[in-house]
Amino acid sequence: MLTLTIDGRQIEVKEGSTVLQAAREHEIYIPTLCDDPRLEPYGGCRLCLVQIEGVPRPVTACTTPVSEGMKVETTNEYIEGLRRTVVELILSDHPNDCMVCEKAGDCTLQELAYFYGLRENRFRGERRQYAKRDANPFIERDMEKCILCGKCVRVCEEVQGVSAIEIAYRGFNAKVCPPFEKDLDCEFCGQCVSVCPTGALMGKLSLGKGRQKDIKKVDTVCPYCGCGCNLTLHVARNEVIRVSSSPETLNEGWLCVKGRFGFKFISSPERLNTPLIRKNGRFEEVSWQEALDHVAERLGGIRDRYGPDAIAGLSSARCTNEENYLFQKFFRAAVGTNNVDHCARY
Amino acid sequence: MVGLATVFGSGAMTNSIPEIERNDLIFVTGSNTKENHPIVALRMIKAVRRGAKLIVADPRKVPLVRFATIWIQQRPGTDVALLNSMMHVIVKEDLVDRDFIASYTEGFDDGFLKSLEEYTPEVGERITGVPKEKIIEAARLYAGASNPGIYYTMGITQHSHGTDNVFCIANLALMTGNLGKESSGVNPLRGQNNVQGSTDMGCSPNMYPGYQKVTIPSVRERFERLWGVKLPEKEGLVASEMFFASGAQKVRAMYIMGENPVLSDPDVGHTVEALKELDFLVVQDIFMTETAELADVVLPGACFAEKDGTFTNTERRVQLVRKAVNPPGEAREDSWIITELSRRLGYEMKYNRTEEIFHEIGMAWPAMAGMTYSRLDEEGGLQWPCPTQDHPGTPYLFKGGFPRGKGRFTVVKYRPPAEEPDEEYPFVLTTGRQLFHYHTGSMTRRVEPINRVSPEPYMEINSEDAAELAIEDGAMVRVSSRRGEIRLKARLSKRPDRGVVFIPFHFREAAANVLTSSIALDPLCKIPELKVSTVRVEKV
Repeated sequence: MLTLTIDGRQIEVKEGSTVLQAAREHEIYIPTLCDDPRLEPYGGCRLCLVQIEGVPRPVTACTTPVSEGMKVETTNEYIEGLRRTVVELILSDHPNDCMVCEKAGDCTLQELAYFYGLRENRFRGERRQYAKRDANPFIERDMEKCILCGKCVRVCEEVQGVSAIEIAYRGFNAKVCPPFEKDLDCEFCGQCVSVCPTGALMGKLSLGKGRQKDIKKVDTVCPYCGCGCNLTLHVARNEVIRVSSSPETLNEGWLCVKGRFGFKFISSPERLNTPLIRKNGRFEEVSWQEALDHVAERLGGIRDRYGPDAIAGLSSARCTNEENYLFQKFFRAAVGTNNVDHCARY
Repeated sequence: MVGLATVFGSGAMTNSIPEIERNDLIFVTGSNTKENHPIVALRMIKAVRRGAKLIVADPRKVPLVRFATIWIQQRPGTDVALLNSMMHVIVKEDLVDRDFIASYTEGFDDGFLKSLEEYTPEVGERITGVPKEKIIEAARLYAGASNPGIYYTMGITQHSHGTDNVFCIANLALMTGNLGKESSGVNPLRGQNNVQGSTDMGCSPNMYPGYQKVTIPSVRERFERLWGVKLPEKEGLVASEMFFASGAQKVRAMYIMGENPVLSDPDVGHTVEALKELDFLVVQDIFMTETAELADVVLPGACFAEKDGTFTNTERRVQLVRKAVNPPGEAREDSWIITELSRRLGYEMKYNRTEEIFHEIGMAWPAMAGMTYSRLDEEGGLQWPCPTQDHPGTPYLFKGGFPRGKGRFTVVKYRPPAEEPDEEYPFVLTTGRQLFHYHTGSMTRRVEPINRVSPEPYMEINSEDAAELAIEDGAMVRVSSRRGEIRLKARLSKRPDRGVVFIPFHFREAAANVLTSSIALDPLCKIPELKVSTVRVEKV
């Protein structure tokens, strides 16, 4: 363990920690745009600048390892002035259309502008102008809103192991894009969307469905494979409009294309919405009363005539534990047979 | 599961997903992890970035191969020879863990050791087609690691010798002492969100909840007391037998909840016929599936977002599922439907809240007795066994011993797959999933953007084989087997080896399971051989 002082507080941290990690562990706030604890330190956005006693210039907290006895100052007029300028510079080349931006209310840049009270901007100049043109069906890419923090590029390479995008060109022309600026063609896991601090990357399925206001968020578990990823369903007007996942979960907030973008089946118009009985070869809509009575009568009749073992049930690996428990209990206790299985028993 | 349960006394992943990060060697076999368990694969990639070695054994060049230290491309269905051959090397080079074998296992010296003698790397190479140097290197890597984890899925189990494959994997872990500790063990990755749970809950013809056998009188009596009713004594039929049983055993009526066996089971023609022959078929689902179309009564259920309850993931973690929206129209929660039917059949099940069912599960199976909804909520799920309210759950199994006493070595002999290529059917077909779709596609094929990136069925074929048959990329081909034929587009690829083709089974318009066999079953667990059947490929 190492001992250091941050803003006059003496704290102990593990050797090898960065100043940013040390501060976070002790709930000392340092603003960042390019940092994600799940990614390698990057030092790109310059917002986490701090002053260290004995070091002549401010350093980035995210890339500076702590050393014994270090004295760190995370906030003072000078540092906040620098940070304010950084945010101002970013905003000087940003389409400030928060009124209609999908990300409003959940945007780190917007929060920083709010925090520093930035209404006017001292800097004027050319704006990057990019046409939105990416025909992929999942991810909306609005590169005018990109602040080049590189999180999307890094998550794609470091976590997903795909490297579908990179920062191309230099200086003012620098831009995140797939090779040769083609349309995105990747695993569409949407990790990049989940880490983007602005509205540059958004899920296409959710556009215009609702932002943060009046959204109900429900934590649950993914219905696809057996990984058991934790999902947060964003619900508006009885419809799931977006899926996210918290970094504090079993899956560290990462999802795949199915978990993140595969939710539209819930509100599909093809969902079965009424009981059906086949009459004269065709399905007819009936009431629950009629359907349940009919099933019970037929199953009861077959049991009386051929015995309970003439009836068999297949349960579902998609249903809950409670439903599976009831299903086998139904067969054993109500029907009277052990003929109950599910097709993925192996 | 039968395989692992026989050897250890319990069938589930021995370790947890987060433990993967601390594996120093990862052996993935018969699992296209990057596409089918994407988030587990991320942990593997993380481990590799930290310096872990990765062995991938798969007949196809699956995406994870990109991160592998070595890739073993065995012929489909030759896993026993590959694993036995690796074990032969481990014995010969004396890399076994004698202490572990003496303390925790049985059956090593009697017969098992001798049975490995014939599987020299040369024999391994002849059967599997893998250069012997690679077999030797893989054996050394695995046996030399301090925390190796083995991960497998249906590529190991969906064979007529699936249980044998699992026995081999267990032998390998036992002989090197790589069980019962953090980050080393044997890990079957479960393919569906709640396969683990539906097995745990006793949806099996021979077991009550918690793997308790229906044929043991004392167990049965305990459940009779819990449920207040006399229970049947003899074991029931397994899924594949339900479609085959005839005569006195014949099944006249079926109730299918949330399954689509027409597309997921082998030999579609046979499944459809068997379902049509029933006097009565009830299907409860969220969509009009291929199976529901054959039903007499269709009951609309609720999907995961429309109900409360729990799922158990592949690492035995029980997690809360919460209701977010209301089901459409008259659709109802499956638990309501079941209890209503039960009442009408004269057996009342009374629960006011879903948690009351969960509580009863804890009474039926001590391994979940310590769990409550509020604990699951606060602790981010709990891994069974969790017998008491103050028990923290169990991240890894078999610390200090096995439920059945000692881990058992099993003698396994290589048997070729039920079908081998011949002049008439020269290709080996292997089936599976791909990234964008899920299972029979009843959900994902109704998600428009997913269907846009992956709109149609296809068959992967090695480019050189395709050239010989004058098949171009994207050309329509007819694929036929002894069961039937389908037409779909060819995708030229380096993924399958020569002589092997791959078809994903998500697509109803060219259902891969028209081609597979429902007769080639594993003798122990009755799993069908979906990973190896022989086919003919022709340009149309």
